[in-house]
Amino acid sequence: MSEHHHDHDHSELSETELRVRALETILTEKGYVEPAALDAIIQAYETRIGPHNGARVVAKAWTNPAFKQALLEDGTQAVGTLGHVSRVGDHLVVVENTPDRHNMVVCTLCSCYPWEMLGLPPVWYKAAPYRSRAVKDPRGVLADFGVTLPKETEIRVWDSTAETRFLVLPMRPDGTEGWSEAQLAELVTRDSMIGTGFPKRPGAPS
Amino acid sequence: MNGVHDMGGMDGFGKVEPEPNEPMFHAAWEARVMAMVRAMGATGAFNIDTSRYYRETLPPPVYLASSYYKKWLLGLEDLLLDKGFIGKEEVATGHAVQPPKPLKHGKFELDDVERVMVRGKFGRTAPAPAKFKPGDKVRAKNIHPLTHTRLPRYVRGHVGVVERDHGCHVFPDSAAMEAGENPQWLYTVVFDGTELWGPDSDPTIKISVDAFEPYLEPA
Repeated sequence: MSEHHHDHDHSELSETELRVRALETILTEKGYVEPAALDAIIQAYETRIGPHNGARVVAKAWTNPAFKQALLEDGTQAVGTLGHVSRVGDHLVVVENTPDRHNMVVCTLCSCYPWEMLGLPPVWYKAAPYRSRAVKDPRGVLADFGVTLPKETEIRVWDSTAETRFLVLPMRPDGTEGWSEAQLAELVTRDSMIGTGFPKRPGAPS
Repeated sequence: MNGVHDMGGMDGFGKVEPEPNEPMFHAAWEARVMAMVRAMGATGAFNIDTSRYYRETLPPPVYLASSYYKKWLLGLEDLLLDKGFIGKEEVATGHAVQPPKPLKHGKFELDDVERVMVRGKFGRTAPAPAKFKPGDKVRAKNIHPLTHTRLPRYVRGHVGVVERDHGCHVFPDSAAMEAGENPQWLYTVVFDGTELWGPDSDPTIKISVDAFEPYLEPA
């Protein structure tokens, strides 16, 4: 990167920072928001909300057939029965991967994502390459993630165009018979719950 | 509106590039913007559909060239200016100079934080029976609203099958324009890849959207 380019990036960033600071000052001075409350929102996302919430749900579904059935029938209600998982709000739809069908979630119009289950979405989920191609060339997108599926597997893409939120229930990895929920949850990756990856295999480096 | 935000099926944006061990925020200001949007939404200054609409109406070159949270910042500024919550001279000077505009739910304080950590409820009592049921063939209407809509261009005019009925929800097309919630039935409608992308499409793909009843007609 040239020095000129570097300076340019730096000054643009500073301009944005100043603009954000100015807006927060205005909102505070006008009495609309309390800055400590903004701090608390950020802290909550940084500490409480993340893919570990979704991973617990998936691990429970892998070990408890009644919970799995309830989860697929009404995701919101089933997650609501787990006191230790983040409250999910309404309209969570859980979709199950099988040997015949692979599910993948996108929001082509903006960035809709199950925040309560997975945390804030990664940049790639919100960016043009994924939003544009996921609905037209899902196998190509999966290849970008290093994921290959058998060519006869049906790929179902869920475009999150309303306030429904989708969570993929990936297939339980082989070789995990007898594992506890807590052990299984360690294998569940964020991408496996979006449909752009698989759970980790037992014994694979984390 | 047929904006650049409606990206499904566009070509030329390149490969998806996942970032290993991506941080939650790439700069401290991103977190402040996220928190301001959540907080101002909770004060009742705007609803989620209006905030989406303001990001969609950014000029196309700005939308495409801005990072995610930069779009949130620009959309938030425009929205608050348009609705009279802040003034141009305030943005220019970085300080409040006008008295505040009353907020529907009052100032956002520490006690309000837990409230924004739970997703809102969008289900509403049905004003009329559902027109469609799972299994019905439907066509996404060939419509091009000039304002906010959640019917992506790539399904318009195409035939799919109703797969799920989600009940009645707030209608974003109305809510975004602050024209009331106008609840409508919401369905998951699934399309074959070949229906959307033609005979060259991968025949093993199916794509669904969640479509409000006014977007659909019998097929």
